[in-house]
Amino acid sequence: MAGRKLPGISVPHRKHTAEKIPRRLPVPPMVCIPVSMHIGAPARPVVQVGDTVKVGQLIAEADGAMSSPVYSGVSGKVKKIDDLLMSAGQRVPAVVIETDGEQAGSGAFTAPCVSDFATFIGAVRQSGVVGLGGAGFPTAVKLDVADLSKLETIIVNGAECEPYITSDTRTMIDDAESVRGGVMLLREYMKAKDIVIAVEKNKPRCIKIFSEMFRDDGHVRVAALPAVYPQGAEKVLIYNTTGRLVPEGGLPIDIGVIVINCTTLAAIEKYIRTGTPLYEKCVTVDGSAVASPGNVIVPIGTPLRDVFAFCGGFSERPGKVLYGGPMMGIAVPDLEQTVLKNTNAVLALSAREAEPPEETACIRCGRCMARCPLRLSPAEIESAYRRNRPDELEALRVGLCMECGCCAYVCPANRHLVQTNKLSKALLRSYRAVKPAVKEESA
Amino acid sequence: MSRMIVSVSPHIRDKTTTAVIMRDVLIALFPALIAAILVFGWRSLLVTAVCVVSCMTGEWAFEKLTGRPNTVGDLSAAVTGVLLAYSLPAGIPVWQAVLGSLVAIAVVKQLFGGIGRNFANPAVTARIVMLLAFSETMTAWVIPDAVSGATPLAVLKGGDLQNLPGLLQMLLGVRGGCLGETGALALLAGGAYLLIRRVISWHTPAAFAGTVLLLTFLLGKQPVYQLMSGGLLLGAFFMATDYSTTPMTNSGRLIFGVGCGLITVLIRVWGNYPEGVSFSILMMNILTPYIARFTRQRPLGGAKL
Ligand code: SF4
Ligand code: SF4
Repeated sequence: MAGRKLPGISVPHRKHTAEKIPRRLPVPPMVCIPVSMHIGAPARPVVQVGDTVKVGQLIAEADGAMSSPVYSGVSGKVKKIDDLLMSAGQRVPAVVIETDGEQAGSGAFTAPCVSDFATFIGAVRQSGVVGLGGAGFPTAVKLDVADLSKLETIIVNGAECEPYITSDTRTMIDDAESVRGGVMLLREYMKAKDIVIAVEKNKPRCIKIFSEMFRDDGHVRVAALPAVYPQGAEKVLIYNTTGRLVPEGGLPIDIGVIVINCTTLAAIEKYIRTGTPLYEKCVTVDGSAVASPGNVIVPIGTPLRDVFAFCGGFSERPGKVLYGGPMMGIAVPDLEQTVLKNTNAVLALSAREAEPPEETACIRCGRCMARCPLRLSPAEIESAYRRNRPDELEALRVGLCMECGCCAYVCPANRHLVQTNKLSKALLRSYRAVKPAVKEESA
Repeated sequence: MSRMIVSVSPHIRDKTTTAVIMRDVLIALFPALIAAILVFGWRSLLVTAVCVVSCMTGEWAFEKLTGRPNTVGDLSAAVTGVLLAYSLPAGIPVWQAVLGSLVAIAVVKQLFGGIGRNFANPAVTARIVMLLAFSETMTAWVIPDAVSGATPLAVLKGGDLQNLPGLLQMLLGVRGGCLGETGALALLAGGAYLLIRRVISWHTPAAFAGTVLLLTFLLGKQPVYQLMSGGLLLGAFFMATDYSTTPMTNSGRLIFGVGCGLITVLIRVWGNYPEGVSFSILMMNILTPYIARFTRQRPLGGAKL
């Protein structure tokens, strides 16, 4: 157990929806499902315009190992296959389905046959599950460890440190049995001897459930962590539960650790137990502009406007709408964007709250450095970036930055530190790409 | 459908802005103003007001002339004004106080690019400039009625220990000196406020005061009096903690504080001036970029380059 914890910040919790039992959204008239909701190669559509699809039907297959299949959460007819501009900037095909409201096919699944590690990984691959708490890294790739003897600890991430979001909390409460089943799967097929269920202390109910559930299990422990942002960030969580540090450019497995989000684990368990692939998500709908915040279960591909409408619409004009929490969430340009696999919350902030604060001169107060969990120096990174010095950026290890936003949150001058770090990383990448050539020249 | 604001995360910010921080510093400096008025009379208030107004007007005018955005609202110029006033004798002529304020704001702060970019503390530097330019009025101490002739530091330096003011007088600030530097209790209260509000970290004042205490103790030079004399408390809590001109990391701040303490004692014990705080801070300001280079915090898990 690590003695020292990494620094972080206290952010307002705003977990208004923690006690809101998820309600199911009525089938929306139309869904638009992009075939790339994960890191890696986009999936390949296997349906054509005019096809009828059922709930749980494969609509795009994985393109290679670093990819993930996509399933339909509705029954209906494929209206078109659109070219969609995703918020990350790339264009991908998206399957647009006009629903018929029948939801034909739901419940009629057969569980996959899982008997060993290989079939377990195969099932995870087929389930369409990707990292649901974060960037959407294909879970099968993460779990497909080459040498299982190197794996020492699996951390089930239920920290949920972002303000507002409670969808993981609801998983831990409502699907506690699935989480338990998931832990058993990890024990059986990954041979994990040390499993940590990590929960922030502001979720005492979840801590109680799992403490009781695994009281007599010597291999599973519950870590109640301080509610300090970004407790749930992978590197921070690993350090705070095991005392180990993921090296720059490395993966958690390099130090014998795997982190899996609790909702991701529950989704895998559900697929292996019942054959239900990932086609719907529980999302937290909240924010100052939402009339009645809550948790909603929606088919993946549901346009955000339908999700907000179900929550009573807007109490005032939203100035900003986010995928995810206010610390790391992505702002979307309009409400036609749809719920993705890794969407755990959609927030609508009032125009007043969305107004970006005025940026003033850096006063060299050092707060950004003191609060960076990874002990980076954002003020110096900003200065190096402005002077166009990729060599300094390299020495400042900007590549480590996980874009958690602590630095920018505390900055009294409201500097755009995360934005600058992103740009700095890009600058450093292009510098590294040409550096070997420069070296050769000078040699 | 109206389009929405799209910006990079984070989408919420802490409410503490530069102006909030500077307001806290002004609050922390307030008890010392009360002490100054009680000890040196209403002229302390006049001098403080003159410096604050001159600094703020100077900043506004400079920014207007150079077309820079107006930063008077961040209150940093007001802080500079108070700090400069506190390092002047209460009897300073008004025109000299105005001139000193303009040197602080225009030359030391704005010519180097304004808040966050100046390398030397404006109040400290302006005070030193005034000490050289107006040496007579700058050392014409107003002596409160209750105590005898010289400032405690001068007394200490002369070795005439019989004439030192009592400890209680030192704590209350009833002694000769600059108008805002004498009220030890008031300054400590302000310092505590800044620490509680996390405007400053303990590293600089603790290292500064600790070094002075230790060295003067070893040298047998009345450590407790040394701590409360001259501008030491004012300097340690309010000037050596200035963000722009001191290191940003805690290890750097420790070194900065130790350096200030060391130089202060050197000047006080062996130098020609009885007071060394301003000089020590200015010297350490100059060394700050080098300290920063050696005390940069090491990123966790960084690859070897
Ligand atoms: S520098 Fe990166 S890792 Fe550090 S606080 Fe800022 S965003 Fe987070
Ligand atoms: S927190 Fe902001 S103002 Fe303070 S040093 Fe960092 S960038 Fe500068």
